[in-house]
Amino acid sequence: MAVPILKQGQTLIASIQAALTDTDLLELRDALLEQVGRYRSRGVIVDVTALDVMDSFSTRTLRDVAHMTRLRGAQTIIVGIQPEVAFAMAQFGLTLEGVPTKLDLEEGLDYLAGTAKPGSDG
Amino acid sequence: MGEGVRVEQESKVRVETEADIVLARQQGRAIARDLGFTLGNATLIATAISELARNIVQYATRGEVILKRIENGSQKGLVVIARDEGPGINDVRRAMEDGFSTSGRLGLGLPGVRRLMDEFNIHSEVGKGTTVTASMWKS
Repeated sequence: MAVPILKQGQTLIASIQAALTDTDLLELRDALLEQVGRYRSRGVIVDVTALDVMDSFSTRTLRDVAHMTRLRGAQTIIVGIQPEVAFAMAQFGLTLEGVPTKLDLEEGLDYLAGTAKPGSDG
Repeated sequence: MGEGVRVEQESKVRVETEADIVLARQQGRAIARDLGFTLGNATLIATAISELARNIVQYATRGEVILKRIENGSQKGLVVIARDEGPGINDVRRAMEDGFSTSGRLGLGLPGVRRLMDEFNIHSEVGKGTTVTASMWKS
């Protein structure tokens, strides 16, 4: 199942619609990495509201997305982690270290708008 | 699981492809919710199943995840049995260590699964396969 990626200005928004297989996640990672270059994006938002589970594989893949896009000059933000998913990640011991997380898409867009302002610390 | 534990119903998911990983965890969550587990605890169970099913696909090619409702007196619970006839784990104790298991590509995520569930047991024989049994009781 392909994840739709929307381009809004200098930001890419990947909105996960349903539970994803490991291959779906890797395809999303590759598509984002490619589109960051093609559209010269500065920011990437991955909306995981619809993800039923964040296990070691999905957590690692999202960390990889953030790392790889950062190397290409774009900042990735994860939004929409559901409370029960956050609970399970904490119990499991999974972290998204170094990857900014925001409550929802709106907060994520606000954050990126803030970091894009000239003179801001980002 | 101690004495007096009654097995209620059983549901089995064949695990062979990546899609089966998603199927197994969705089924686990549905059964857990049906049993009256909170959404949080049902998600812990689903996450544990996801890890165990992925280990099967990655290391053993195929196997199965069995979900059983269990009862002990007035307590109700769910046991997850992930079974394969794969290569087995050479050093189970090491596989249960956090550093070994959660870092790098070869991690099995087993210490994480143990933290998610109330009870955890692993039996593995090289050349014969691995069976992980993990249960959670409804609080």
